Amino acid sequence: MESTATASNSSAAPIQPRVLDREPLVLNNRSYSWITNRICGIIENKQPMLWWILFLPSVVLTGVMAFCFVYLIATGVGVWGQKQPVAWAWDITNFVFWIGIGHAGTLISAILFLTRQKWRTSVNRAAEAMTIFAVMCAGLFPAFHVGRVWMVWFLAPVPNANAIWQNFKSPLLWDVFAVSTYFSVSVVFWFIGLVPDLATLRDRCKPGIKKTLYGIFALGWRGANRHWSHYETAYMLLAALSTPLVLSVHSVVSFDFATSVVPGWHTTIFPPYFVAGAIFGGFAMVLTLMIPCRKIYGLQDLITAKHIDNMAKVILLTGTIVGYAYCMELFIAYYSANYYEGQAFLLRALHGPSVPYYYAMFFCNVIAPQLFWFRWARHSMFWVMVVSMFVNFGMWYERYVIIVTTLEVHMTPGAWRTFQATWVDKVTFLGTFGFFMMNFLLFLRFLPVIAIGEVKGVLPQSNPHHDPHQEKGIQEEDLMDYPDRHVAKTVTA
Amino acid sequence: MSTTLKRVHGYLAEFENVHDLYHAAEHVRDAGYQRWDCHSPFPIHGLDQAMGIQRSKLPWLVFCGGITGTTTAFFLQYITQNVLYPTVVQAKPITAIWAIPAWFPVMFELTILFSAFTTLFGLLALIGLPRFNHPIFASKRFAKFSDDTFFVCIEARDPKFSQEGTKAFLEKIGGKHVELVEDDI
Repeated sequence: MESTATASNSSAAPIQPRVLDREPLVLNNRSYSWITNRICGIIENKQPMLWWILFLPSVVLTGVMAFCFVYLIATGVGVWGQKQPVAWAWDITNFVFWIGIGHAGTLISAILFLTRQKWRTSVNRAAEAMTIFAVMCAGLFPAFHVGRVWMVWFLAPVPNANAIWQNFKSPLLWDVFAVSTYFSVSVVFWFIGLVPDLATLRDRCKPGIKKTLYGIFALGWRGANRHWSHYETAYMLLAALSTPLVLSVHSVVSFDFATSVVPGWHTTIFPPYFVAGAIFGGFAMVLTLMIPCRKIYGLQDLITAKHIDNMAKVILLTGTIVGYAYCMELFIAYYSANYYEGQAFLLRALHGPSVPYYYAMFFCNVIAPQLFWFRWARHSMFWVMVVSMFVNFGMWYERYVIIVTTLEVHMTPGAWRTFQATWVDKVTFLGTFGFFMMNFLLFLRFLPVIAIGEVKGVLPQSNPHHDPHQEKGIQEEDLMDYPDRHVAKTVTA
Repeated sequence: MSTTLKRVHGYLAEFENVHDLYHAAEHVRDAGYQRWDCHSPFPIHGLDQAMGIQRSKLPWLVFCGGITGTTTAFFLQYITQNVLYPTVVQAKPITAIWAIPAWFPVMFELTILFSAFTTLFGLLALIGLPRFNHPIFASKRFAKFSDDTFFVCIEARDPKFSQEGTKAFLEKIGGKHVELVEDDI
């Protein structure tokens, strides 16, 4: 209103667009030392009771998972429910589910870094940790699915006892390379990011075992700018390497299915569809972990409503891509006029034995996230948690639908058989959640949950051109990349 | 074992904020010092130029690492699939390298893997870490570098270093608590 009034005055100087204040990334003008104290305090103070309430059952569940695997080794892979024709069932579903969860961590740490999304700094550390633990859970399933787990070294590129090498033309072997590269690169990326923060922890500890250990892993970091210069280049390189890597990993996982000739699997849409689904499911898990975390540890000034809002938008976007992929699958099944492809989808969605799973998947992944079109839903922690939970379930159903419901009814009807999960299937899967939570809680206990150095770097006072004596005003940091937007802020009367 | 002998590492000056550090760095650079550094809790945008630091050579190392990964994967697959034990599957040709599209995923993954490890070890080599100790840690105040304080350290090895002149210089450019850092020999 104000600007239109002035625009009519032709003699005035050209009107510059007024710069809107961006929402600050850290609320309440927090200082550097407040950030250090708050994040290191999580590690240095006693853990809240809730930490123990979650940690002890997680340890028990990890033990139960270990028991299930021992039982499987002692008895045979038949303790799981798969029988012909369903040779891949919960194990591969769980594998794809967990590996997908990891993808959000890499998206936040690498892709959002390359696209200069500075809000990522508050969540990237925890998301990367989640990636690593999720990939650990994922790796367990194919390793035990090989049946004789002591032969799992056959996957490694070394000749076996008969001097036979692996078949490098197989997507299953590509998967071995993709997943192990993904795990290694994620660990390297995570570790390099941790080094300056470990130095912070080292400098705060009293001499003793803790100081020594943090000191060893901090590598003698002394924050020298000649080091930061190389460090930032390394960080950028790792982000640039991880970006195509994360896209390749779930693409390769989808090749496991797409390169087969099973109706319902043999589709070219699988790689982008899987990648979008992975990011979708991963963000839901990030929110599931971070919303309680910020509440319990009082991190609301660092992980603000803005962060949650952004992540909810990513869920909405990727959920809609996933919805598009579901519809496109149906359309191509019809439009290709391929009888088997068409039947595969009719059985999946209309009269197969596992129709409810299909609708559960559709509801959780496509309908539920539509709530995020509304601002109040993105800003209500309760509704964000509810939708994230739906997505967590929905993404598991999606993999179950793709894998199990397809195999149950594929090709010769005489060989069809409905899959029944055994208690070992269920308890093992539950156990991996315990393993995941146990690792994540230990991470909260011993390592900084938020990247201390990176968050300090996005504060307005971290810009060398910020005048420390003039606290209020435009956040220069937000304008640095837009030289044309350097306009004096209008003083409100 | 500690002796009474000390070795001078250099002068350490403290700055309260990024703004002051940045301008101090420009002064030190213009004064012609060579062996000096800024210490900060986070990387500061533009400080490399203010200090006159060259761009990192790390990308070249990583490029070489990546190429090594690609060729390793190519020969791993070519030699095992076509020479040592030709595997006839999926109707793919085995006599030449025409099955190469099927090798791309592994070639890509190993390129990334080798590049990432080159990044890690290249970084450590370029910055000379890990090391167990550094004379600068002898300063008690220096521990705050990882919290909220910014430092400039001019080393005694610098040809322009002088016990009085450098101290006066650092104080003139706004350094607080200018301190002679010495460590035990």
